[in-house]
Amino acid sequence: MELTGAQILWQSLKDEGVDTVFGYPGGAVIDFYDALVQYDINHILVRHEQGAVHAADGFARASGKVGVCMVTSGPGATNTVTGIATAYMDSIPMVVITGQVPTSLIGNDAFQEVDIVGITRPCTKHNYLVKDITKLERIIKEAFYIARSGRPGPVLIDIPKDVTNSRTLYQAIQGVHMESYNPTYHPNTKQLAKVVNLIKEAKKPIIFTGGGVVLSKGSEALTKLAQRTNIPVTGSLMGLGSYPGTDEKLWLGMLGMHGTYRANMAISDADLILAIGVRFDDRVTGKTDEFASKATIVHVDIDPTSIHKNVTVDVPVVGDCRLTLEALNQLLDDEDPAVIGPERTEWLAQIKKWKDTNPLGYNQKDCETIKPQYVIEKLFELTKGDAIISTEVGQNQMWAAQYYHFAKPNQWLTSGGLGTMGYGFPAAIGAQMAFPDKVVVDVAGDGSIQMNIQEMATAVQNKLPVKIVILNNQYLGMVRQWQELFYKKNYSQTDMTHAPDFVKLAEAYGAAGFRATKPDEVEEVLKKGLATPGPVIMEFMVSREECVYPMVPAGAPITNMLLV
Amino acid sequence: MNGDKSILSILVDNEPGVLSRITGLFSGRGYNIESLSVAETMEPGISRITMITRGDKHIVEQIKKQLNKLINVIKVLDFTDQRHVLRELALIKVHARAESRAEVLRIVDIFRCKIVDSGPDHYTLEVAADEDKLSALLNMLQPMGIKEIARTGSIALVREMH
Ligand SMILES: Cc1ncc(C[n+]2csc(CCOP(=O)(O)OP(=O)(O)O)c2C)c(N)n1
Repeated sequence: MELTGAQILWQSLKDEGVDTVFGYPGGAVIDFYDALVQYDINHILVRHEQGAVHAADGFARASGKVGVCMVTSGPGATNTVTGIATAYMDSIPMVVITGQVPTSLIGNDAFQEVDIVGITRPCTKHNYLVKDITKLERIIKEAFYIARSGRPGPVLIDIPKDVTNSRTLYQAIQGVHMESYNPTYHPNTKQLAKVVNLIKEAKKPIIFTGGGVVLSKGSEALTKLAQRTNIPVTGSLMGLGSYPGTDEKLWLGMLGMHGTYRANMAISDADLILAIGVRFDDRVTGKTDEFASKATIVHVDIDPTSIHKNVTVDVPVVGDCRLTLEALNQLLDDEDPAVIGPERTEWLAQIKKWKDTNPLGYNQKDCETIKPQYVIEKLFELTKGDAIISTEVGQNQMWAAQYYHFAKPNQWLTSGGLGTMGYGFPAAIGAQMAFPDKVVVDVAGDGSIQMNIQEMATAVQNKLPVKIVILNNQYLGMVRQWQELFYKKNYSQTDMTHAPDFVKLAEAYGAAGFRATKPDEVEEVLKKGLATPGPVIMEFMVSREECVYPMVPAGAPITNMLLV
Repeated sequence: MNGDKSILSILVDNEPGVLSRITGLFSGRGYNIESLSVAETMEPGISRITMITRGDKHIVEQIKKQLNKLINVIKVLDFTDQRHVLRELALIKVHARAESRAEVLRIVDIFRCKIVDSGPDHYTLEVAADEDKLSALLNMLQPMGIKEIARTGSIALVREMH
């Protein structure tokens, strides 16, 4: 069948099971948009290309599928870079399609030309410039395969306009094989046997779970492993939800800079760390020389470059997290349950002591202004922990991580690696597209929400009932916190008192807005906001100088925590 | 940059942009490239990059893993601890006035170079050698006055065992 490049693209997307694309048109992709009407694919018109990429990202994180977005050449393409880098750092499967000027003009500084393949080389898993229409279909196939296999990541395909509107045979290619790309899925069995022995011998073991467990759909196997071996679990920011955050006995909370006291102390005292699908980011390890100095470290990761990159590992296991955890569980089936999962009375008692001496906490009772933590706890209660939560970046993100307890994976969408302000709202739009019936809430700061607020129009136009909780401290709160603690309260350029009236802003976009200024209004506003159909902004005027605690100063050992 | 020298032989898809993926990886991650040379292999569509890099064991391990992770990299071979032959091609334009012409010719003879161009006051030498020999040659030629030099960077292959 002869099709145009544009038709081949949409047909290939359908072949890949894509039903939703986030995008923004322009001259270089106008043929794609022209052909779109022939295909049964949802296209969400965003208001800024950065929004399209984050939305595709949120869609991918919530659904576990590949997120797809399409933008025009030049400025459209460059507007995607932050979103691509965000997805790259967090290993999110995504395909980004950019239009390009006609091949005959490439290199001539043509109107709206930019070398997007060159620009995105360091922040994509792979990228392509399609110079020949006969390669288009295969490249799209490869792009999806690369995006979702191995360690997932964003793949960009740059398609010149003449490739889009010329014609060639569409072949419905099945499957791809690439000689130079063969991810290792199955772990080495000898290494696994070592891990089993270590589990049997450990007195103070701990599991450290990360985004890799979520991405590989390994949560169930991880939960089984932890519970049968009675090993407490901590997680990186990206690992939240990979183990039930509601399990009071084994779940220790998050690790690292804003991790819980018990998690940081436990990992520092542990004799065995089973690190699964984590990459030992500096926000987690603090000073690496002093990180977990008493422990034997087992590190499971599908990406060999993650292993030994930041910390020295004793037992490296290269493999898919889910398959590795399942294989471990199988080996453990042959072991004596009493040996692999003893009561661990002393270890768990020690952990409980840490928890009791320094629990996560705040004091709303004696405070006349709203505590941001209180808002998140109430949000957790009222949504029964069942909402999909996206966040912006800053204090809002950390409080959401600390006070919303994630029972399941794919419920927590946050920019962990790049820390991108402006991520949360468009990501929530993407997640809502994937799950129209779920409650999706973006937890935001007053600074971050202004970075992609224009997507309010997207939410309204597409009737996406995304809820936004703004914790308004009238500061770039997290930076102000650093200034307070480490820069002698020199609040240089972090005051945000000049902001729009967010309630009116919501209304201006055709959405609803509510505001709480006193603690006793919090519950009411949340209830009203959650019950109101369509997109809603709920603004909470919170204590201006509240800080996120515990906090480990950057570069310090993680036991060196500022507690209040 | 300190650490030992490593010789990597990298087989890659012969496609536009592959070299910049590789050099971009080095600049982006702060690794060091000491020399680099690229050409097609016997097999169509596959090129061989010979790279000399320097770093401690940990860094070289990361380099190899990061290279392997690139989609267009087919294989990364480390020749450092294997018996190998390594050559670099150099063109050296050296001053050769009446009083030193004989001396240059004597050096050419000792080092088994070829003279590929000559003029009233210069010779251009061609030499293929490993780095030690090349620097010895350059040392010998220094007193005559080296006008210009062009070097290719090293290429290497593993020695076959007989
Ligand atoms: C795009 C971008 N620019 C700058 C930063 C640096 N930064 C990190 S947190 C933060 C403050 C965020 O303020 P706000 O959104 O009001 O949230 P809060 O910390 O007050 O909850 C800033 C500026 C960033 N992470 N991302």
